[in-house]
Amino acid sequence: MSPHPPRQARTINVHIQGWLLALPAIVLLAAFTHIPGIATIFDSFYATPHGKRPAAFVGWAQYQTMWTDPIAWTALKNNLLYALITVPLSIGLALAMALWVAGRIKGRSALRLAFFTPTILPMVAAANIWIFFYTPDYGLLNQITRAFGGGSVNWLGDPSTALPALMAVTVWKEAGFFMIFYLAALQQVSPTLYEAARMENAGRWTIFRRITWPLVMPTTLFVAVNALINAFRVVDQVIAMTGGGPNNATTLLLFYIYQVGFSFWDTGYAAALSALLLALLGLVSMLQFALLGRNVHYR
Amino acid sequence: MNTIARLTIAASLAISAFGVSAASATEVTFYYPVAVGGPITKIIDGYAAEFTKAHPDITVKPVYTGSYQDSVVKAITAAKAGNAPDIAILLSTDMFTLIDNDLIEPIDTLAKSEADHEWLKAFYPAFMENSQTGGHTWGIPFQRSTIVQYWNKDAFKAAGLDPDKAPGSWDEMVAMGKTLTKRDDSGTVTQWGLEIPSSGFPYWLFQALTTQNGAILANPEGTKVAYNDPKVVESAQFFADLSRKYDVMPKGIIDWGTTPKDFFEGKTAMMWTTTGNLTNVRKNAKFAFGVAALPKKVRGGSPTGGGNIYIFKTGDKAKTAAALEFARFLSTPERAADWGIATGYVATRPDAWETEAMKKYVADFPAAAVARDQLKDAVAELSTHDNQRVTKALNDGLQAVLTGAKPAKDAMDQAQAEATRILSAYQH
Repeated sequence: MSPHPPRQARTINVHIQGWLLALPAIVLLAAFTHIPGIATIFDSFYATPHGKRPAAFVGWAQYQTMWTDPIAWTALKNNLLYALITVPLSIGLALAMALWVAGRIKGRSALRLAFFTPTILPMVAAANIWIFFYTPDYGLLNQITRAFGGGSVNWLGDPSTALPALMAVTVWKEAGFFMIFYLAALQQVSPTLYEAARMENAGRWTIFRRITWPLVMPTTLFVAVNALINAFRVVDQVIAMTGGGPNNATTLLLFYIYQVGFSFWDTGYAAALSALLLALLGLVSMLQFALLGRNVHYR
Repeated sequence: MNTIARLTIAASLAISAFGVSAASATEVTFYYPVAVGGPITKIIDGYAAEFTKAHPDITVKPVYTGSYQDSVVKAITAAKAGNAPDIAILLSTDMFTLIDNDLIEPIDTLAKSEADHEWLKAFYPAFMENSQTGGHTWGIPFQRSTIVQYWNKDAFKAAGLDPDKAPGSWDEMVAMGKTLTKRDDSGTVTQWGLEIPSSGFPYWLFQALTTQNGAILANPEGTKVAYNDPKVVESAQFFADLSRKYDVMPKGIIDWGTTPKDFFEGKTAMMWTTTGNLTNVRKNAKFAFGVAALPKKVRGGSPTGGGNIYIFKTGDKAKTAAALEFARFLSTPERAADWGIATGYVATRPDAWETEAMKKYVADFPAAAVARDQLKDAVAELSTHDNQRVTKALNDGLQAVLTGAKPAKDAMDQAQAEATRILSAYQH
């Protein structure tokens, strides 16, 4: 009976302990993320099983269908536009709000709370509120335009305004959430830097551009990745507000996947579309880390 | 006694109790398409309780599954996972989808007695069109509807029109619409003549127009559609013209859900919507209103709509028999009358209209009979194999026409091409 176990046994013990600690996370990730992800890619090479007819291997056929499917292209185009506009807009707005409520102003807590409120509302509830803002004739927005002598706009019923109308809801909902991250980041910026800048007589814009912006860059990266992924995950507000219409003007990728999968029950094609979404998101995050990584100063 | 022993005894008691109850009672899961809460769930819960009182060996467990769309998704998903509901109310147009997925039982093969034979023949033929195919009956009409027009009598009077007369033809509708559309000094419309909703499922309301124009959108086998029939194109053009040419209807897509509210608020003097909205309108309209059959072009008419009772394949004979019994129970003349009065849906069989309760209701509120009287002109709601996809092709085309993105002919040609491509798999 030695008081110390042999060295080798101890190392193994440490390894086992390590794996055991990671096990719950591994099991959850594998069960709900990795295995379904791989199964999806696998399924996308098979036809949809129908009744008693089993799924047959069809190779790239589902992807060829996608190539010629105008709705898939519309969904992709809409989604890219959606990301391109909502991501910078919500980041910009979040930073502006954070800068405003970080300073010593009256009613700071109330303002912070006000900006954060949209985030705590469930999306479907928020979407229903906005439907009434957008209602033609007696909706809030149209009452305002009318008060200024404008005409009535059918925001959600016109293909040219329906997608921007959905984007506005996203920006409204996300900016407050991202503001919280920026608020935290701003607290981390050392006040001595600002004092030094003031001694150098630097203007506010210079201070922002040379001190604040570079120092909150890690937050910007984090927020940008999240916002971009969110932009491709939008489905609830499309279902609640427009159902993808008019004429697919608000059909986004994930909504189209849902429609193909659970309205049309074409699970094979839905798997192929999901694989596209997966590839797209992987690519985007890789690019983002590679490009922005160079300009990010972690401490 | 230690804790473990006590727990063991408790558990074995629980198991035996459960075992006994499972042996003596058949539990039937019943999917019903409504969101949780509200007066409708109370009625359904009441029916389930009443049924169990009459059949103590069967309990019905209603599951409220949200919208029609959500409900069919839930039913199919559950069935694919081996946990199908025993009985469900889903859209009558889901029939082909449910057959193609091999999920439902043909009811005529389960119900074979003489009485059953009579039962299956008791419903309005217009409702059976969407319930039968390939020589079998797959659904029992439950909450069925047609489209009717509602009009605001006060607005008619204010515009100098006869408040008791709804438009009888398309031309009349346009002319009255023009009289009813009011603008303020700046030219902004304060009251529209007419609203025909076009969000979500525009094909259904559009089908009323095509029917009136003398076209039939799909064959009874659900394998062919006629989206680019000249009469259909003409109807699509008229649908768009109502807002873009005659200026009697708001431009763009009109939301299905807010149309009744527009009517209550006086934003539109006439609206087309389901007769299922009748009770809602009766409760909320603060003015005198009328209900009439839809106007005519070459003929009158409307598609039927709404939900049927389906019995799912579960492989459990006792449950299937219990589900069938419940379907019979839900569709007796008395219950059909009761349901019609409570909701505004059309009571599904002629003898329901002969019940005392219904006679009294109609005498008191004649509008309730309008949808029934329209049934003689009604056609089957558009329903095909791969239904959701084939109707989406039409919905997209229609929305393109209504928003001015495409001319009617092009949009309908495109919809036809897409539908033909999808349906090619079903041409034998």
